Order: sequence, then C-alpha cells, then structure tokens
Amino acid sequence: MSVMERARTRTTEEKNSAGRERPPRPRSRAGATPYLFLAPGFALFLLLIAYPMVKAFQMSLYDWNIVAGATSRYIGLDNYRRAFHDPLFWRGLQNSGLYMALTVPPQIVLGLGVAILLNNKAPGRAVYRVLFYLPVVTSWVVVSLLFQYLFADSGLVNWVLHDVTHVTGHDTSWLSGRWTGMVAISALGIWKGVGWSMMIFLAALQSVSKDLLEAAALDGAGRWSTFRVVTLQAIRPALLFVIVMLVIGGFNVFVSVLLMTGGGPSDSTQVLLTYMYKQAFTNLDFGYGASIAVMLTVGVFVLSIIQLRAFRSDEELA
Amino acid sequence: MSAPALPSPVAPGRRGALSGRGFVRYVVLTLGAAVMVLPFVYMLATSFKTQTYVLTIPPQFVPHPATVDNYSRVWSSQGFAHYFWNSLVVAVASTAFSLLLSSMMAYAFARFRFPGREALFRVLLLGLMVPAIMLIVPQFVLAKHLGLINSLTGLVVFYTASTLSLNTFLLRGFFQAIPVELEEAMEVDGAGAVSRYWRLVLPLSRPVLATCTIFTFLASWDEFSWALTTITSPEKRTLPIAIALFQGQNSTLWGLVFAASIIAVLPVVLVFLVFQRHFVQGLTSGAVKG
Repeated sequence: MSVMERARTRTTEEKNSAGRERPPRPRSRAGATPYLFLAPGFALFLLLIAYPMVKAFQMSLYDWNIVAGATSRYIGLDNYRRAFHDPLFWRGLQNSGLYMALTVPPQIVLGLGVAILLNNKAPGRAVYRVLFYLPVVTSWVVVSLLFQYLFADSGLVNWVLHDVTHVTGHDTSWLSGRWTGMVAISALGIWKGVGWSMMIFLAALQSVSKDLLEAAALDGAGRWSTFRVVTLQAIRPALLFVIVMLVIGGFNVFVSVLLMTGGGPSDSTQVLLTYMYKQAFTNLDFGYGASIAVMLTVGVFVLSIIQLRAFRSDEELA
Repeated sequence: MSAPALPSPVAPGRRGALSGRGFVRYVVLTLGAAVMVLPFVYMLATSFKTQTYVLTIPPQFVPHPATVDNYSRVWSSQGFAHYFWNSLVVAVASTAFSLLLSSMMAYAFARFRFPGREALFRVLLLGLMVPAIMLIVPQFVLAKHLGLINSLTGLVVFYTASTLSLNTFLLRGFFQAIPVELEEAMEVDGAGAVSRYWRLVLPLSRPVLATCTIFTFLASWDEFSWALTTITSPEKRTLPIAIALFQGQNSTLWGLVFAASIIAVLPVVLVFLVFQRHFVQGLTSGAVKG
C-alpha cells in the first residue's frame, strides 16, 4: 500500500527532524469541515437530549397541562414544596435508599470475591466469567418476570426456604408486603449486578503489582494484610468507580419495581422513579413528575462530579 | 502452606488446581455460578411445561411431560413473530444511525481543531451523566409535539439520540490513537476529509465499532420504558413491552410468558457468547452505565 509506505517514510523523517510529541496533534485551519461532520449528530442530540434537560426544569415550575392547546399555569417552586410535604415522595426516597443499602455492599463484596477467585489463570476461568456475566446482559424485563415467578407463593424460593431447609415455617407472600417486596427486588438487583462489578474488578486486579505481592510474601505478611495493603491500594480507583456507579444505579431502579410489584401494595414499594412515572403518566401530573426527575438528576449529577473529582485527585486521597 | 492466595507470587500460573485450596476455590465458584445460572435453567424448563406443572411442589427442573406447544402458540397466534420483527427493525436502524452520526462527530473531535471544540464535547458528555429515564417526562411532551408518539420511527429517533454520547466518547478515544501520519499521507494523495474518514479511519476502527454496535444494538433491543410510554397500538409493540403486557394479562400462564422471554433473550445470549471479547473491552473502557 503506497499510502502506508509513504506514511512510514514521513514518520522517520519527522523523527529525525524533531522529537515528535504524542498524542498526534489535530489539524488546524479546518474551516467548516468539522462543523459539517458534527452538525447532524449534534443537532439530534441538542433537540432530543439537551433540550429536554432544560425543558424538565421549566416544566417543574408549572402546573403542566398536557392537553393540546391548553395553557399551563406558572406556579414557581410549588411542585418542589409539594414533594417536600408528600409522604409518598419520602417513602420513595426511603425505598430507593433501602434498595441501595441492600444491593450495593453485596455487589461489591461478592463481585470482588469472585474476581479474586478468578484472578489466577485457573482452568475454566473463562467459563465461570461468562456464567457470572450472563444475568448482566439479560434484559431487565425478562429477569423481572423471572424473579416474580421465583418469588411466587408456591415458587422456587419458598420451596427452598420452607419445604427444603425449613428456614421459614410457611410460604411467604414476598411481593404483597413492603419489606419482603423490597427484599425480592433487591435480590434481583444483586443477582443481576454481581457479574458487572466482577468484570470491573477483574480488569483492576490486572494492575496489582506482582513485585509488591512477592515482596509482601517474602516479608512474611499474612494473606489478609497483603490483601489490605497491596491489592486494595491498587484497585482503589476501581472500587470508587464501582461504588459511584452502583449508587447511581440504585437511584435508577425502575423496571424491576414496576414489573415485580408495580409499586404496590398501596404504594408501599414505590421507589423514586416509579413514583415519578406514576405521577406523570397515571395521574397526568407532568409538572410534579418533572420536579421529581429534576431533583433526581441533580443528585445523580452531583455524584458524577464527585466521581470525576475523586478520579483526578486519586493519589491525594488518604 | 502460607503462600498468599492472591495471584500466587510463589508459583504463578497453574499451581495444582486440585490442591486443597484450589479445590475449595472451585467449590465456591461452582456454587456461585449455579446461583447465577439456575434461574435461567428453571425458566427454560418452565417454557416447555404445560400449565399444570408450572408451579408444582416440588418444582420440576426437567419438564415432564415436555411440550413445545408454548412456543408455537406464542410465535404464531400471540403475534410474537411480528413483535420480534418490530424489535429487529428498530434495533438495526437505531444502531446504524447512531454509529454513523457518532462516528462523524468523533472524527471531528479527534482530528480537527476548531473554535468551541472543548465546549461542544463537554455538552455532549452531559448525555453520559443523565440517565435516560430521568428525561422521560419532557421527552414525552416533545415527542407529542413532533408527532413521534406511537411510531417505530419515534423509537428509532430517540434510541439513536440517547446512544450518541457514549458512542462518540468511545470512538473519539480510539480515533485519536490512529497515527495522524496515515491521514497526512492520504491528504498528500489528494483525499478529502470525507474519504479519509470513510476509507481510512472507519476501516481501522473495526474493534471499537464492533463494541459500539453490540452495546447500541442490545440497548435498543432491550429498551422498555420509552417503548412502554409511547407505543399504544398493539401492532407496533416491541418484544419487551409485548412480554410485559402479555404477562400482565396472563399472570399465571408462566409457560407462555417464558417461551416469549426465551425468544427475546436467545439472540442476546448468542451475541454475547460470540462477541464476549468486545463486551469486556467496552466495559473496561468505562462503557457501561449502571
């Protein structure tokens, strides 16, 4: 290929003339060309993603009327005030928090545990990796229905807990109570998420220095202190990343709740997003729904910023 | 005896997998993997059961009598062949548009210096920070104005838009790593920007394009909330909403529900098994949003 050859000769020439810097410099004197490349995609992004972000703020300040031609009334911060005094909003927040508390620590501990067990070049490692990752790639809709079936009154979970191990004295109606419902929903969250954190930790464990591990072994350090001092230090950025992503994911829980309990019975398992959805699309209270979405978005946004900051100043963290 | 178990520094590699510790490791891993896989096995089994055996005590892991009746009923009389087709059309179109538009943007960001480059890129990254579901209320109002409610086109347009940020981000990173000298050489040969993008940069980026293709396709294939909110007529349903609504109407006909679910999940699992490598790559470059 002549192009390749010519490129190669050019690079050698350049290397001789000046110590070339990587990364390659972008070309200047571009004129309109880059804007033409950007235009179609960026226009679509602005219209369908960026504009709705702004629109959500605007809608949250109105008693929004969805009917065509009808006018919406500006009500200032009333929607936010209303949320503040709305017991169901607080319950949604509680349930979302509960979901995080129940799902985040197990996903981290189990994900890291499996990653450590798989970190040696053990035979069959690839197979295990695939098996643990399988729930991650399966659609939320399907696994939500599957768990509804597993947690059914005469389903598999009750059979294991009641008929086989006698942990419970009777069949539990998992999805018809608030706490048991949240446990079932969280069980799904953990089962579906472990493979994801495992994969991130597996990648991070590649960066653990073999020399340090060896030095620790020679110094006679025990396994636990080696893990704490060497491994945990090396994977700290990944750990931070996983925690932030899982917390954001916890805020994001929606499909599983909608399909497993529908937020019921009588709104007891409503999480923030299902409550937002219900206000907007069942009660047609779009302004109120938008205000809940805005508050959530700000929360997630702040978390993302914290994450970026933490990544930048990762070395400085004690 | 006291060798640390974390990547064993003393004897790296295959230190007898059947030594005491190695054996325990496999037992633990196998138990874990069983918990991961058994629900799928049970679902598959149930999809071959007749209604009588769907919720029996003790549960049946091997359907007896087994029947393929659920599949034939779901596929033909319940219209899932049609929903499958809808899902496929929407996912293929969304993936094609998203990759075309985001690779064009990524090329501009990676290869040109122009006023506003940093600012525009930052704005685009906002799309990575805000989960799609948070925008569903204003997007619904917008879609109503644009006449994109209850149409497959509406699904494609929104799926394309919502995957642009991530794809542009991933592609830009890869494009920047392509030696700029190759392009300069083409320029000397008189090639314009379009031909450099189409004939050089894209062919060299096959791995990252594959990763983006898989993620975008699966995201569109599995998308539920937006489709549920905007699609009202039955003949325009995609698989996820068809399955969910189907379960709503037939809450106890688990055999039928899972036959439909298997039909929806099978392509995904196959794609995953074939393209595992790309999954892992996409993931470790921070590609997956929680």
